[in-house]
Amino acid sequence: MEISEHKHIISVLVTNKPGVLARVSGLFSRRGFNIESLAVGTTNDPAYSRISLVVHGDDRVIEQVTKQLNKLIDVIKVSDITHSETVLRELVLVKISAKPEQRTEILTVSNTFRGKVIDIGDSSMIVEITGHDEKIDAFIRLMKKYGIIEIVRTGKVVLVRGAATT
Amino acid sequence: MTGAKALIDGLIHEGTEVIFGIPGGVVLPIFDEIYDSKMKVILTRHEQGAIHAADGYARVTGKAGVCIATSGPGATNLVTGLANAHMDSIPLVAVTGQVGTGSIGRDAFQEADITGITMPVTKHNYLVKDPESLLRIIQEAFHIATTGRPGPVLIDVPADITTMSVESGFPKEINLEGYKPTIIGHRKQIKNAVKAIEKAERPLLYIGGGIIIAGAAEELRRLVDILKCPVTHTLMGKGAFPEDHELSVGMLGMHGTWAANTAISNADTVIAIGVRFDDRVTGRLDKFAGDTTFIHIDIDPAEIGKNVAVHIPIVGDAKNVLETLIKEMPKDYAPRNAWLRTVEGWKKSHPLTYNGDSGSDIMPQYVVERLYEITKGEAIISTEVGQNQMWAAQYYKMSKPRTWISSGGLGTMGFGFPAAIGAQVGRPDALVIDIAGDGSLMMNIQELATAVCHDLPVKIVVLNNGYLGMVRQWQQMFYKGRYSSTDLCGNPDFAPIAEAFGAAGITVTAKDELDDALAEGMNNGRPTIIDVKVSREANVFPMVPKGKALDEMIEEY
Repeated sequence: MEISEHKHIISVLVTNKPGVLARVSGLFSRRGFNIESLAVGTTNDPAYSRISLVVHGDDRVIEQVTKQLNKLIDVIKVSDITHSETVLRELVLVKISAKPEQRTEILTVSNTFRGKVIDIGDSSMIVEITGHDEKIDAFIRLMKKYGIIEIVRTGKVVLVRGAATT
Repeated sequence: MTGAKALIDGLIHEGTEVIFGIPGGVVLPIFDEIYDSKMKVILTRHEQGAIHAADGYARVTGKAGVCIATSGPGATNLVTGLANAHMDSIPLVAVTGQVGTGSIGRDAFQEADITGITMPVTKHNYLVKDPESLLRIIQEAFHIATTGRPGPVLIDVPADITTMSVESGFPKEINLEGYKPTIIGHRKQIKNAVKAIEKAERPLLYIGGGIIIAGAAEELRRLVDILKCPVTHTLMGKGAFPEDHELSVGMLGMHGTWAANTAISNADTVIAIGVRFDDRVTGRLDKFAGDTTFIHIDIDPAEIGKNVAVHIPIVGDAKNVLETLIKEMPKDYAPRNAWLRTVEGWKKSHPLTYNGDSGSDIMPQYVVERLYEITKGEAIISTEVGQNQMWAAQYYKMSKPRTWISSGGLGTMGFGFPAAIGAQVGRPDALVIDIAGDGSLMMNIQELATAVCHDLPVKIVVLNNGYLGMVRQWQQMFYKGRYSSTDLCGNPDFAPIAEAFGAAGITVTAKDELDDALAEGMNNGRPTIIDVKVSREANVFPMVPKGKALDEMIEEY
């Protein structure tokens, strides 16, 4: 990776129609852009969806990403909010191998990370955790010693702070 | 009315006079509707022929070309044509049949996910799921195809939609929130461009297909009248500016003229209009026009800065931007005489040449030169792809927009002949000539039946060297002459093939037969193949080898 490459957060407002996600993700693969994370869901207006993207690339690549996205008919607005004041969250479910005697310990760590235990099985637990990369990575690192069975992540969702819309 | 009726009404409402296509199972209701309509149908013999014909029609008329194919293989046969039109920004509306909505996704007979397949090669596409949306979709499709940077739009229509009832009429207006092309150039940037041009000592205009699409040839002429600077054009820009004009330095790029490539390498200010700095134009990118100030005018913002860093970007329609630029330009702009003399010197010292004294061999360049003379440069020329295309580009000088039809971006062999058919449909009174190679012609030769059936007197001049000539040239130059799979042994004798189809066929084997054959072929009023057996190993020069800079041209080998 070149030194000039940065992580960019791009928020894309699209019409809520079948196939739109395929158009966006297809654009990334055919133009050779790398997506680190992608999250999509409808907005407060069900006619639209918002796609939150985390993309790696130098300025030229990001400019092309933005311009090519804008060319898609179903894309209403593309905002590179990397440098805006944003709130960024990701939700992760972690299934941990946990013997009954380890439960308390895991629960304590989870509480520290403001995680929630949402399932307890005979030999496993599922913890839900939200937040930034660093926090999630730290939590996952701590859980490794118990044994991580599975992880699922939503991808990052992001909003600009204040009353402005993207 | 039925969906099929709504579809045809919609196409007619959008100004469609002719459809190119082939019927099939799921489009039976549509063709049944066409049977009673005033729409003209050109039945081709392959769907690829239909879409290339629609493309050729669009290039000469400026209107959207319309083609129709059945589901599955019919639809997939359109893919090359869509990609071709997409690369060259040609407005097309392609209608495909689809299996019934209840069968989609079940691997039904002749089912193909054509909207999925064509997403990367269309400007936009639609799968119609509700008959009431049909008219809106047709309206949007034409709007998208023909405005902004034009391109192909595909509408996939399931069989049951065509027989369902449609109640709603045309929407009053088009409401596409995410599609608003920028037409008017940024005033401040235009002023910056004027300042840069005023400072320029060695200005050059680098123009492309965007001028033709925008209908800006007249504005370009006026700008050249003010600037009096050299003009170079891309392959797609042929006809945007008269090539016989004293300020034209010809085509640039891989097989461009010495003068054009040298001029752009030495210009200090390049005004690029409706071009995309394609790799065949720039050669080695890091060596392309080093310290030059680039002004780039294009309607597609994504083209600006894509390959080459631009100093003054102006997003907008070429016609609109040029009108403003002309207004802003001082009328007393002094011609840069020293620069003009230098460029003129390059033109004189390095004209396009070939081995004219080749004994009994007929040189392909000579054939194009004679064709240019005999037709007084007034024909509509389509080309195939390869050596034939480059020789045609070099030696058939265009003077008017929408007379040059060539597959620029995709480089589609087999494009020229069906495109010529479409061009002839669009311009019934024009002389339309496909300058072909024997390799490319074989890729869509079946369309002879279309030309004969519809009485379209298209001419095919075959520069027949028995090779996939351009590939052979590269093998000769870069692969030690190892002619792997480029000798087209087994190719037929084209004149009797033409005759078998009911067209005319003439074979030329000697130089002194050429003029008579061309004259006869051009004047017989019938679709005609003139098969000229040319020098087998003639090469296209100048040539900028792949990966080399523009000033590393090879003039002979």
